[in-house]
Amino acid sequence: MKLSSETIRKMMNSVKSTREQELSCGHCYDELDIFIELKLSGKNADEAMPLVKEHLDRCAACREEYEFLLLALEAMIQ
Amino acid sequence: MQTRTNEEWLSDLRGNNQNLAIEDLGRVLKRGLIYALSSRIQTDLETQVDDFVQDAILRILDKMDTFRGESKFTTWAQKVAVRVAFTEMRRQRWKDISIEDLMPEDSGDFTPMVLSDPSPNPEKRANQTLMLEMVDEMLKTDLTERQRTALMAVMHGGMPLEEVARRMDTNRNALYKLLHDARKQMRNRLIEKGLTPQEVLEVFESG
Repeated sequence: MKLSSETIRKMMNSVKSTREQELSCGHCYDELDIFIELKLSGKNADEAMPLVKEHLDRCAACREEYEFLLLALEAMIQ
Repeated sequence: MQTRTNEEWLSDLRGNNQNLAIEDLGRVLKRGLIYALSSRIQTDLETQVDDFVQDAILRILDKMDTFRGESKFTTWAQKVAVRVAFTEMRRQRWKDISIEDLMPEDSGDFTPMVLSDPSPNPEKRANQTLMLEMVDEMLKTDLTERQRTALMAVMHGGMPLEEVARRMDTNRNALYKLLHDARKQMRNRLIEKGLTPQEVLEVFESG
């Protein structure tokens, strides 16, 4: 198998950020509306909900949904 | 459109005002999705968003009992709508791609190691080759076939978890756990070898 350096780097970065306990995508999704409202109200969501923050840093699919949800909610506030 | 509290949303969507509440909720979700997805969807944005909103409302009515009231109802509902939209967009984007398409060349044969970006520095190149062989060995011996396939589909192929999960007859949560176990396994193996992921990363730093 041909492994590219880029794949190795991605793999090692994900191994590096691995924790014994991590939120699953489902648990992150359950908490996401609360996390995002903290963000929108200017509170420190990362500190209040570190496991959600870590999951979003690690999981590209959840992060993408989070970023677009943030945009959608901005439209609702306007 | 009238402003509603969480309780009012729930009671209207469940009660006599359901049609009006659905209409109002649809407007809220549509506005959010149009704004959020305008950079992502180039053609028929409004038609596609109308479909997402329709599916999202069905999902919301079905899952309303799981709303815990810890956020605004509309935030929760928009979260559901974004999930519905992305599930469909990802399904469309990846529909013609199989997991096998995403495996690196010579898939199934984990032995020959070839660097795709050779370093000009011979010493660095030699270190990279050694590390590649070690990672290759880890993938081959410390991970299960399923872990290896999922890891390569996500890391090498860039396929979203839910799409990998669909193809592997599992779900996003179970796949996340499978990959979490694989990462822990790799981390522990590195520790046994007296290495940290950072040390491996440094060997592959560009320049």
